[in-house]
Amino acid sequence: MSRVDPEQGEHKPDLPGPSVWPIGVAVGVACLLVGLVISWWIVAIGGGISIVFGFLWLSDLSGHPVGARPAAAPPPATTGPPPAQRRPEGPTTTRSGFLSVATLGLGGVIGALVSIPPIFLAIVPPFLKQSKKPVDLGPLAQFPAGQWVVTTFMLDPSEGAVSRRTAYIRYNGPLKGQPSFTIISNRCAHLGCPVQPLGLVQPDKTKTISTTGGEVVTTIPVLAVSGFSCPCHGGAYDTEGNRTAGPPVRGLDRYEFSIKNGHLILGRNYSVSKVDGAGAGARIHKYDLTGPGQHIDGWEQIFYPIQPPH
Amino acid sequence: MAVARPPRSRRKQMEAIALYPLDWLEERSGLVGAVKYFLFRKVPGDTNWFQTLGSATLTAFLVQAITGVILAMYYTPDPNSAYESIKHITNDVTLGWLVRGMHRWGASVFIILMFFHMARVFLFGAYKYPRELNWIIGVLLLVLGMLEGFTGYLLPWDQTAYWATVVGINLNGTGPIIGPFLSSVLRGGSEIGPDTLARFYSIHMLVLPAAIMGLIGLHLYLVIRLGVTSPPWSKKAAGAPWIEEDEPEQPARKGLVEPTPRGGAAK
Repeated sequence: MSRVDPEQGEHKPDLPGPSVWPIGVAVGVACLLVGLVISWWIVAIGGGISIVFGFLWLSDLSGHPVGARPAAAPPPATTGPPPAQRRPEGPTTTRSGFLSVATLGLGGVIGALVSIPPIFLAIVPPFLKQSKKPVDLGPLAQFPAGQWVVTTFMLDPSEGAVSRRTAYIRYNGPLKGQPSFTIISNRCAHLGCPVQPLGLVQPDKTKTISTTGGEVVTTIPVLAVSGFSCPCHGGAYDTEGNRTAGPPVRGLDRYEFSIKNGHLILGRNYSVSKVDGAGAGARIHKYDLTGPGQHIDGWEQIFYPIQPPH
Repeated sequence: MAVARPPRSRRKQMEAIALYPLDWLEERSGLVGAVKYFLFRKVPGDTNWFQTLGSATLTAFLVQAITGVILAMYYTPDPNSAYESIKHITNDVTLGWLVRGMHRWGASVFIILMFFHMARVFLFGAYKYPRELNWIIGVLLLVLGMLEGFTGYLLPWDQTAYWATVVGINLNGTGPIIGPFLSSVLRGGSEIGPDTLARFYSIHMLVLPAAIMGLIGLHLYLVIRLGVTSPPWSKKAAGAPWIEEDEPEQPARKGLVEPTPRGGAAK
């Protein structure tokens, strides 16, 4: 600088010089984030690194004024002598200081009291009362052996059409004296679009029956099903719901079932990584219900360590 | 009780009568001066049409706000009647098709203008010191605007809306660690149901607009405080200095009235 313009100098930011500490902070934050998916002690190490380097960085920065104002001596807070000199042994609390703290404290308590219930109402109820009622799908006779049937029903008839769901049901014949069913959810394991059966749907053979609990169940038989595919992003599955192509991360979800008074009762749904074998003798790798697109096996499952109640 | 008044022409008299309410308001609130201060700020002489993109974005948002309020008078956020109410707005209500169309297409206009405005700020270097905070607020506004698009897309409650929202919520669900919880909160449970639509409606028309309005207020406050930047090809110094509290007699926008040459301090 050969010439310094005092006017201009005021308008230039006095930015701090280069510093290596932010790199340490970045490493610490990265370590912390990696630790979130691997282990808690790596989180602790990352947090420690971030705090140490963050402190060094801040102490580096604090040598520079934030604005361009020169670091002048702080203006005297009061015109009179400071209270500490007047009453060296008395309490340092002043009337205005006490009132400030009391107002802030009381305001904070009132604010918390009135804001916690609405925030609770917004966030917590979605995780409560998630148990599902079993759905009566009607007599076993409407599911011929070896044939796929598109079955639509309502999870909760009181909610109306928004609770309508579709399952693909195949009667596999008896297994150890009990009827065996394959009940596949139509929710794609990629992002939840409805998968379609690859086969000859016979809409003219649509049947609608009413069952107990006000359920209205519609069944449509499908001939020669070779698998399932999703219209949204091209996920493809075989007849057991195993992923064969496309973006899905696992197989199609299934439903538990039971037989009551000769009726097929739909139970809870669960997630499936893959199915070995086929039909009644299939071995299902069963997991708790998980959202679409989430891995339930393989190393990627560490991304989803805790599942909300379903 | 007659007070002696200087004789005035009829025209002056009419002017005084017309201005009296404004004087009354100004004396009691200072609002007229505040509005003048806001509207008649000094800006660099070489600003150009690109610098109107921010105002255009604000206008697009105001259009969304006004048409949205009117649409809410006819819309029903209930799964069994939402689609019917949309059809009612489009086909039956007088000019309903127009207002719904303004809201539906205006949403895209709002997002596109935000990106154009952002590009202008970036290419002009207007995000640099001391305006970094305004850039950050702008990015938050962009995120909130996109969330408005996401939540508003569900409301017609047709097949496109429903499945796009299913996919959108499940996309959020694939986020590591908190993804499953985030999607449950968005859905209002583990399955899409009546609560999902009401929840999206509330977020779309109450939560996000309030947040956007607050941030727009901050955004404008910073624009007024820091002034408008000159274009990069300007021969004059960019923007105003921050306000010097030590020198109250100097106007804050001195740098705009009498700009100093660009890079003057470096030599």
